[in-house]
Amino acid sequence: MTDHESAPIVALTEAAKHFGPVRALDGVSLSVAPGDCIGLVGHNGAGKSTLVNLVNGGLAPSSGEIRFDTGGTALGAGVRSVFQELSLCPNLTVAENLRISHSALKGPGWRRPARAEIRQSLDTVFPDHGIDPDAEVDTLSIAERQMVEIAIGFAPRGTEARLVILDEPTSSLDAGIAEQLLAHVRRFCAGGGAVIFISHMLGEIFDVATRIVVLKDGKVVAERPADGFTRQGLVDAMGHVTAEEGETSETARSFGAEIVRSPEGLSAREGEVVGLSGLAGHGQAAALARLYLSRTSSWHARKAPEVVFVAGDRTRDGILPLWSILRNVSISILQQGARWGLVDRAAEEATAAEWKKRIGIRTDDVTNPILSLSGGNQQKVLFARALASSAPVIIMDDPMRGVDVGTKQDVYAMIRAEAARGRTFLWYSTETEEVCQCDRVFVFRNHEISAELTGADITEERILEASFEMQEAS
Amino acid sequence: MSLLARYRIILPAVSLAVLLAATFWMQPRAMSYFGLNLLFNLAVPIALATIAQMMIIMVNDIDLSVGAFVSLVACITATFLNDAPVLGLAMLLALIVTYAVMGAVIHALDLPAIVVTLGMSFVWGGIALFILPSPGGSSPGWLRTLMTVKPPLAPMAVVASVVIAVVTHFLVIRSGLGTVLRGVGGNARSVQRAGWPVIRLKALAYGLAGLFGVLAGMALVGLTTSADANIALRYTLLSIAGVILGGGEFTGGKVSPTGAVIGALTLTLASSFLSFLRLSPDWQIGAQGAILILVLTARLVFRQKRAEA
Amino acid sequence: MTNPFAKPWIWSWVAAALAFALTLGLTSGRGAGELAYAALSFGAFAAIVGLGQMLVITLGPGNVDLSIPATMTLSATLALKAMGSDEGTALLGLVVALGAGLGAGLANYALIFLLRLPPIIATLAASLVYQSFAIWSNRGLRIKPPEGLADFATGRFLGLPNVAWVGLALAIVVWVVLERSVWGRWLLATGQQMRVARLAGVPVELVRASTYVTVAVFAALSGYLLASFSGGAALNMGTEYLLMSIAVVVIGGTSIAGGYSNVPGVWGAALFMFLVVSMLNSYGAGAGVRNVLTGAIIIAIVIAASTKKRGRA
Repeated sequence: MTDHESAPIVALTEAAKHFGPVRALDGVSLSVAPGDCIGLVGHNGAGKSTLVNLVNGGLAPSSGEIRFDTGGTALGAGVRSVFQELSLCPNLTVAENLRISHSALKGPGWRRPARAEIRQSLDTVFPDHGIDPDAEVDTLSIAERQMVEIAIGFAPRGTEARLVILDEPTSSLDAGIAEQLLAHVRRFCAGGGAVIFISHMLGEIFDVATRIVVLKDGKVVAERPADGFTRQGLVDAMGHVTAEEGETSETARSFGAEIVRSPEGLSAREGEVVGLSGLAGHGQAAALARLYLSRTSSWHARKAPEVVFVAGDRTRDGILPLWSILRNVSISILQQGARWGLVDRAAEEATAAEWKKRIGIRTDDVTNPILSLSGGNQQKVLFARALASSAPVIIMDDPMRGVDVGTKQDVYAMIRAEAARGRTFLWYSTETEEVCQCDRVFVFRNHEISAELTGADITEERILEASFEMQEAS
Repeated sequence: MSLLARYRIILPAVSLAVLLAATFWMQPRAMSYFGLNLLFNLAVPIALATIAQMMIIMVNDIDLSVGAFVSLVACITATFLNDAPVLGLAMLLALIVTYAVMGAVIHALDLPAIVVTLGMSFVWGGIALFILPSPGGSSPGWLRTLMTVKPPLAPMAVVASVVIAVVTHFLVIRSGLGTVLRGVGGNARSVQRAGWPVIRLKALAYGLAGLFGVLAGMALVGLTTSADANIALRYTLLSIAGVILGGGEFTGGKVSPTGAVIGALTLTLASSFLSFLRLSPDWQIGAQGAILILVLTARLVFRQKRAEA
Repeated sequence: MTNPFAKPWIWSWVAAALAFALTLGLTSGRGAGELAYAALSFGAFAAIVGLGQMLVITLGPGNVDLSIPATMTLSATLALKAMGSDEGTALLGLVVALGAGLGAGLANYALIFLLRLPPIIATLAASLVYQSFAIWSNRGLRIKPPEGLADFATGRFLGLPNVAWVGLALAIVVWVVLERSVWGRWLLATGQQMRVARLAGVPVELVRASTYVTVAVFAALSGYLLASFSGGAALNMGTEYLLMSIAVVVIGGTSIAGGYSNVPGVWGAALFMFLVVSMLNSYGAGAGVRNVLTGAIIIAIVIAASTKKRGRA
């Protein structure tokens, strides 16, 4: 830990955060002092967003301590965060959005100072931004919205911004604008402010950070001044150094004809398990959803569907929460064996019973509500729903979230077996070791395919390289 | 950009202007002080009820009880407010407070506003019947005078509409609090995160709806001089249509008070226009529906153009 | 299974039975048969439109059909006009009524789908047009239904009113469709979460379209029967069924959040809505008190349902 001349704005001592049995953050000590610019890096699920939410006061730690130097709260200490997801009110103007988080603006004539303040902040961070403070946010482009959000983060708002957390701030900015932001971050820190900077662009991290903190599995695995790292060293620190080799080199299998090809370049052959990788939120899930929707219709359902979907975001995309396990399994195969439009209930029960056994759904009765199951078992239901159909193509959108290791092994084996019988899998996963089991891997970055890996090239290292921008930020 | 940004008000205004021009062309005599008064006679209470509905839609809810509520207010105005002004006023204030409480309860228990307000519409209707079992009562003199005053230049209905539009524009669009209220409709989470008590904001929005509902009922009695328990039932649907015609949307806090007033005027004018058209009265309601569909179609086309641009 | 009170539909039936008992308590049991008969007759119309509204509300938040009254009036008027009081035309009238309902349903859905209007505003705007059609087609006329049809609508079979038999048959059909058919499963899945249903391969737009057509056809049937029952179509004959149709669905235990229907509850609620009125009447309560109580009951049920949901979660 480096010594600082001045007192830290925020100091975490052995802070941990548990969500049920999941240790999202497992004892992190970190202090941020005026003038610090901390680059925070880590792979998916390393605990970055949990750490951010502890620092900005959004979450309280399960154990350990967080201390702010003034006021005792994140707000009082001048901690601001700019989130990756847009948190503006789209129906309000730019200046009005500043008003929402600036309670000191009151009384008649509040608009003039609001306009002046946001324009001043925009001018400071992004010279020549061309954004009208009176424009409604939903008339702005995504990049402009992100610029507004950043400008609100740095705006004084009655007090003073002292620590600004930027979570992937450049994800929708072009290179020139991003460089303006980086220059501002450097100026801001030189002037006594502090920044926590999260980015998948390693060039940017090296560009602005004075210190780099590497998170892995909820722990800080490395914290050094930025010049103490090399790019390769950083990638190595994030990855699993102990990844055992040999598992991936199976006997080469032969595949059938190409069965999937999407406009963005995704392709798959019969019997192939195709992986999608890259950092979360870089367009993998959207690409799969588009592919699924383009191959199915909302006006008629085929008896034998061409494609089925296994959701990873269970509440948003997968579970029908009011129903039993049985009904959740059978929804995609209702037309099989239906007579006069009525469901063949005997066949439905037989299918559910078979899959309960095959995939090991832990319940004594498949008529129990789906919500009585644990997350992992709910996920098994979604697998059963897809695999019970006769569809040749199965799309899986990060389906192993919250699934225990034993189940994972079962499902991997089942996927292998089904693939050997000629079914095709498109499998997006945020866990690199899963992707390493695939026959072919597409790595996504900024909503585009940045690499296509096959055979022996499918290694964690290669995937990480393709996920992060390795070039200098220009 | 600024034209597009403010497009929401352009379309309702153009619709009203086109309809007005068509009316004048059909019936040049309407282009007078007296004619205008006739055309927009009943617009004021409808405009106020539309504003009330807008307050609810602004925070992403919908109010199916506006019609029954305005009827109840009309009944109280024509009886208690006339006979015992203090008691009448207290009752009207209590109604506004009830509305605010309803908003807080809907938010706190996460209830579907559409069903709660449906239930309230029975309650309001019941109380109205209790107060005024058969049509009757009479308007307080001052109210009658106020509603029938003849200001110079433009008739009362037009002047009042402008006043309503200006006042609510300042309240909802210009003021800081109004901005935060619209923020609740746009992104309640970010408003909450900025430290605002969303439950109080929702209560405030409902309370404002109650206030404008009360004003609508009083204005209605001022015009009709008497009341009955069913006098304004159709206001529920009219007010929803008025908000949407005025460029508002059901979700996302996208509302425009000026637009809502224009929407209400358009609906009022539509029925007058149709009678000038010598359209058989059979078709007047239907033509109103057709105008509504037409304007909404125009808006869709407009929005698609904008999305392409 | 063990606790019958865990079934949401039981409450509307308990409430209906209570209202029934309280009414009879006043007359010390006299007139029980007449009261039950009247409740079944009048409840049938509310039950039929309620079943349709239930299907639409099951589609999920924002889905509701406000054009039910106009559709009822329009189809009744057109049917009576087509029949012209002539004997032997009852079937023709039925076909005309159902055809009008079909047209209204298709038009409603076209507005929702093509113009991407929220269902509330689409059905509202469309209902104004239907209302005009109705006014135009029955202008000043007071056509009586054919005598045979009127006899059927007011008659009884095995001691129960014929209209109640129709409502009962329809309820059974809807129940079978929801519980046993592929389409019913699709509807319930769509109402729980449209996106989930779509990703599970459910043809969600087909489901929505057919639901909006079904509710309009049910409203048409109800209008046809009501006009035959009451000796002619009146322009305001459907008015009370707008709020009524939503109220019986909510009181009947169907989830306003979608995805969960309750067929028996709709019938229980329809009977309750009639019985509570006669109960309050017999106790000398005016229309005002009746309405206030109805509203209070609706709100109490919504609050109870929401706290139960919270307890489970």
